[in-house]
Amino acid sequence: MTWVNAVLQGIFLGGLYALFACGLSLMFGVMRIINLAHGDLAVLGAFVVWWAATSLGAPPAPALIGALPLALALGYLLQVTVLTRSLRGGELTPLLTTFGLAIVIQNALLLIFSPDVRSLATVTGSLSTGSWQIGGLTVPYLGLLILIVATGVLGGLHLVLERTGFGREMRAAAQDPDTAALVGVPATAVYARATAIAVATATLAGTFLAVHSTIDPASGPTQLIFAFEAVVIGGLGSLRGTLIGGLVLGVAQTIGAQIDPQYSILAGHLVFLIVLLVRFSPGRLVPAA
Amino acid sequence: MTALAYRIDRSSRASRIGSSVLIGLGLILATVPQFFVATVVQQLTSLFIFVILAVMWNALAGYGGLVSVGQQAFIGFGAYGTVFLAQRDVPPYLAVLLAAGASAVLAAVLAPLVLRLRGGPFAVGTWVVAETLALLVVLDHSLGGGTGVSLRGLNVFRPDERRAYTYWLALAFLVLLLGAVFVLLRGRTGAGLQAIRDDQEAAASLGVRVWPLKAGLYVLAGFGGGAAGALILANTLFIEPRSIFGVQWTAYMLFMVLVGGIGTFEGPLLGALLFFGVQYLFADYDAWYLIGLGLTAGAFALFLPRGLWSLVPVRLLPVGYHLRRDGPGVF
Repeated sequence: MTWVNAVLQGIFLGGLYALFACGLSLMFGVMRIINLAHGDLAVLGAFVVWWAATSLGAPPAPALIGALPLALALGYLLQVTVLTRSLRGGELTPLLTTFGLAIVIQNALLLIFSPDVRSLATVTGSLSTGSWQIGGLTVPYLGLLILIVATGVLGGLHLVLERTGFGREMRAAAQDPDTAALVGVPATAVYARATAIAVATATLAGTFLAVHSTIDPASGPTQLIFAFEAVVIGGLGSLRGTLIGGLVLGVAQTIGAQIDPQYSILAGHLVFLIVLLVRFSPGRLVPAA
Repeated sequence: MTALAYRIDRSSRASRIGSSVLIGLGLILATVPQFFVATVVQQLTSLFIFVILAVMWNALAGYGGLVSVGQQAFIGFGAYGTVFLAQRDVPPYLAVLLAAGASAVLAAVLAPLVLRLRGGPFAVGTWVVAETLALLVVLDHSLGGGTGVSLRGLNVFRPDERRAYTYWLALAFLVLLLGAVFVLLRGRTGAGLQAIRDDQEAAASLGVRVWPLKAGLYVLAGFGGGAAGALILANTLFIEPRSIFGVQWTAYMLFMVLVGGIGTFEGPLLGALLFFGVQYLFADYDAWYLIGLGLTAGAFALFLPRGLWSLVPVRLLPVGYHLRRDGPGVF
């Protein structure tokens, strides 16, 4: 039963990783870039929520809801000021600029909030600690909530991309920005919307991380790596795959931790490397079949 | 019919003077341990290590289009490989050489795996590899686990001898790697690699053998990274996994290469010198210093993508091609 429970906890943890991976996957799908500051943007958002909840005394949920429009605006701004220009420099330039941005965000957070570890668990009460016990299995309130939100966000975004005019514009700009522009869909505007959504979902994920465990200014890179692993495990460029990838990563980590807590993260890396070995043929970006 | 009135020169007067100056500089640098105090020798050793790192990262990213965020995998592997061998009674300086070679082997093993990815996914994929190695080292208690480990065995030398030997070894590695990159770029491999960087499919369709070139470059960079890591250990005598496998090395390499000039031979040399100075002046400011590094590197990537060296209209080394008129040509 402990193993079944480990798998179940892995699925809940995987929901969080899928939520982190959502924005990364969206930006890669639309612009073919990996935003190396993705994890740090998530942590930045979480710090804003934490600050609002502790210093201003706002309840966490309204603090988060207030932070989301700010995150959308930040993402939009990031695209129009830095990323649009980076994209013009070729496919490698966005890597260089977002890596620079990651360093800036991490150290700015360090200056403002000190290296201390923070958590929102203190202000969310039973949500972060409580659970149901069902026949020997543990269902944490928070884990279930995160899984529902992650499924909703990724599934909703998938539907928006598939079914709406907004999504059609985004797919058009992703496939061929020049032709999309010819028929009146300016890629720069579409890209800015994608980045805005990505930063908002990152803020959501970062806040859940702060409720689930802790954050500090150096938390970003680890979350970026987990998000990236989820994206690759699920197959690049598909939001549905990203959700599954997140769950697989979460389960790998909890099973690893069940063997020995030291193996948790290592197990996730190994699954990622195995997927790389099995599903990617040399020289191709997209899985072979 | 007239004789061909044009010829293609590989060198110019500037590049002949430039390479002579560089060779002379190398010879002068070799005598430094005889004349200067310990701090100068040690500081110059770390400068050489920075130059090695910058040159290797530039070869990968600037010429091969392989932006890696995970070269610290090889830095850490070289350093811990040296510790591992020294614990087994291999003489420490021999261990440094062997560890650098072992890093090249590691790169050859990893190449088929990470080179499946390109662009952004390659960048983060290499980072995952570095993190995995760091975790494996932390699990190994004979290597000091998470708390770090010292290099023993160097105390058979007097401190000034030890510093001089480490210095000469770093200089030798630097010259060797600069020479390797120079030879690589001057020949057809250089043209092939740059073609891959600009458009892999187009290069392949023109007959460039993509896979061996990329793998070869990755192995060379792995060797250089391993050498740098082993030298860092020999220079500081103590390492811990969090810092030797840390992503800050990539931040430093990015800064040096972008500021100096990515995709140029001379740029990383200039960038390493500047970084060395910046670090000397500002490292105490910590967070502000790193914010400055990040902003500067980003600004260069956006506004001066070929770095400071692009402002200098001289090529110090004969790596390019120049069309010259021999005499009165007839069309």
